[in-house]
Amino acid sequence: MENVLNSTVEEQQEYIINMGPQHPSTHGVLRLVLSLKGETVLSVEPHIGYIHRGIEKMCESITYPQIIHLTDRMDYLSAHINNEAVCLAVEKALDVEVPERVKYIRTIMAELTRIQSHQLWWASFGMDLGALTCFFYGLRDREKILDIFEETTGGRMIVSYNCPGGLMYDIHPNFQTRVKEFISYFRKILPEYNQLLTDNVIFHERSKGMGVLTREDAIAFGITGPSARASGFSCDVRKHEPYSAYDKVKINEIMYSAGDTFHRYTARIDEMWESMNIIEQLIDNIPEGPFFVKMKPVVKLPEGEYYQRVETARGELGVYIISDGNKNPYRIKFRSPNFSNLWVMNHISKGNKIADLVAISGSLDLVIPDIDR
Amino acid sequence: MSFNIYDLTSFTEWIHNSLSQAMSPGWVTVTEMVIVGVAFLTFYAIVGLFLVYAERKVCAFMQNRLGPNRVGPFGLFQTIADLTKLLFVELVSIRKADKVLFNLAPFIVIIASFMAIAAIPFAKGLHAIDLNIGVLYVLAVSSLGVIGILLAGWSSNNKYSLIGAMRSGAQVVSYELSVGLSLLTIVVLAGTMQLSEIVEAQRHGWFIFTGHIPAFIAFVIFIISSTAETNRGPFDLAEAESELTAGFHTEYSGIKFAFFFLAEYINMFIVASIASTLFLGGWMPLHIGSWEGFNNVMDFIPPFFWYLGKTGFIIFIMMWFKWTFPRLRIDQLLKLEWKYLLPINLVNILLMALIVLLEWHF
Repeated sequence: MENVLNSTVEEQQEYIINMGPQHPSTHGVLRLVLSLKGETVLSVEPHIGYIHRGIEKMCESITYPQIIHLTDRMDYLSAHINNEAVCLAVEKALDVEVPERVKYIRTIMAELTRIQSHQLWWASFGMDLGALTCFFYGLRDREKILDIFEETTGGRMIVSYNCPGGLMYDIHPNFQTRVKEFISYFRKILPEYNQLLTDNVIFHERSKGMGVLTREDAIAFGITGPSARASGFSCDVRKHEPYSAYDKVKINEIMYSAGDTFHRYTARIDEMWESMNIIEQLIDNIPEGPFFVKMKPVVKLPEGEYYQRVETARGELGVYIISDGNKNPYRIKFRSPNFSNLWVMNHISKGNKIADLVAISGSLDLVIPDIDR
Repeated sequence: MSFNIYDLTSFTEWIHNSLSQAMSPGWVTVTEMVIVGVAFLTFYAIVGLFLVYAERKVCAFMQNRLGPNRVGPFGLFQTIADLTKLLFVELVSIRKADKVLFNLAPFIVIIASFMAIAAIPFAKGLHAIDLNIGVLYVLAVSSLGVIGILLAGWSSNNKYSLIGAMRSGAQVVSYELSVGLSLLTIVVLAGTMQLSEIVEAQRHGWFIFTGHIPAFIAFVIFIISSTAETNRGPFDLAEAESELTAGFHTEYSGIKFAFFFLAEYINMFIVASIASTLFLGGWMPLHIGSWEGFNNVMDFIPPFFWYLGKTGFIIFIMMWFKWTFPRLRIDQLLKLEWKYLLPINLVNILLMALIVLLEWHF
């Protein structure tokens, strides 16, 4: 696409608007160059790189246990799952079998992470549509999960709880009771979310049939996560390629076929229910035992290429490590879900109104630091 | 001199008579205008500040928060502190903005709301100008405000502002029709456009009760369309902050921004006043048929408080749906007006005319 910003206003027939990098609904420093005709969006050109920190390059000069802490900063809402991905890749490379206890705790924490990420998404999605009260409801309940995180890991958002070979610390003695308390609380609260936003007529009008993404397009654009499953593309890594303790639980993959904003929304709401089901299957059965495997003080991966994929709250995160046998990777590449999800925006928001563009970008649930890394 | 709080006519007459004794009729008019002007300015500022506070408290309670609670008792002085801060904020001048229109716009918005407030009957005898075409005057004056919004959007040299202003233009022009027609329904019922007479006609029952279903439909339509006309959520497309940052007032700072902000709340107050005057009997107490005791107790509450109570109730409803509903899209907004509200309104006004002709109303 030719860069519309280089042409003068006389040359171009459209009305060009720079949405971002500082804009309330781009959820970070994403810049969208919109060309408009009246209110209708003719094209969307995303410009990224405003929060590029060179995480992949930085990883080449630090050791594997240190990399964990950088991955927190990619998709900061799925911090625990990012940690887990790197740990799984390293463990796979070293052929280390972690204890059952670690697998269970990792899975429970990952599902809690997913719930809190979707809560924040729900909060901000409501705000994108102008329903400001959602934001406070979402954050109120997210706080309860963050408190659980804080008690066990010491961190609230950037948890850094995993390390190659297990966990940093054992769970707090209160962990199980607090998680159970939270789930019984949240099962009562989630219908309230529906009452506030999902059942609203205006919300239905705003989201149904908007930004339709077909299954073929979802596959072609590499969309993953709830956004793809709302289009009918079965891509749940937890189900298709189970890691940690996902092979021990019954997972119901949330699938819709319409692929519009409304179904991307409902897919995420349903995922919160599903995550609670998964946690309930595991929380009472956490086996006793050590919470880590004794590893060498310096983790050196044997020469070779290793890949591990996990399901974050936004889609499939892939960690690709090339090792030359040293204590730091020769090259590390993260296949981040948001990067792929972003580029579909032009395709599905063409011809819609500006307000719909905001709703569509909200329904894709973008986290900008994960796009730039 | 004795004056009673149930009928302020004697009070205003007393002022007029004492002034007439002291000066010539010309000066009396000038003095009275100054008194009314100062009174309205004060009232305007107090209402504006209080409504900002009320909105913050209401939205705080809707959202599980406490709201302002540090400055003064219950945070009452928070808005005063905020306004003082706004007075001292730098007025940023925009490059390539149309300076004259840019500076004029906030004044047009605030003057329009100021003019409309003059025609509202606050209590018996407390009424600045009792025009015989009061309803028409309020409609005409309150829609002047949109010129200010359009100018603000146009002159800011900002694309978001322009989109916001255009949305606002389309919105106000469309919803003006519904507001007008729903008020006309009541004018048909009351047989007059004079606001004081409309209130007087509701002595034995508010129009929302005596006007059968058409009056109720008109009330609902009025609430919806007047919310749209004042650019408040869920119809706040003109400033839609998730889409247009702040819409037409993106480029304004300091006291000019405060003007837009205050005018929004005063406009809300005006439409709530109109709704309470035309549908809920203005300052008339609630009377139920032949319940003498009940009616006497109701009469005991001074009219001004009746008026404030009803207006406050409608303002609360408007705040309520602002904080619970998502925002509409511009085409849905216009569709709602032209496809639903306007036809319903036209049928409704016919129904009301039939009811009045056949004398079915109470």
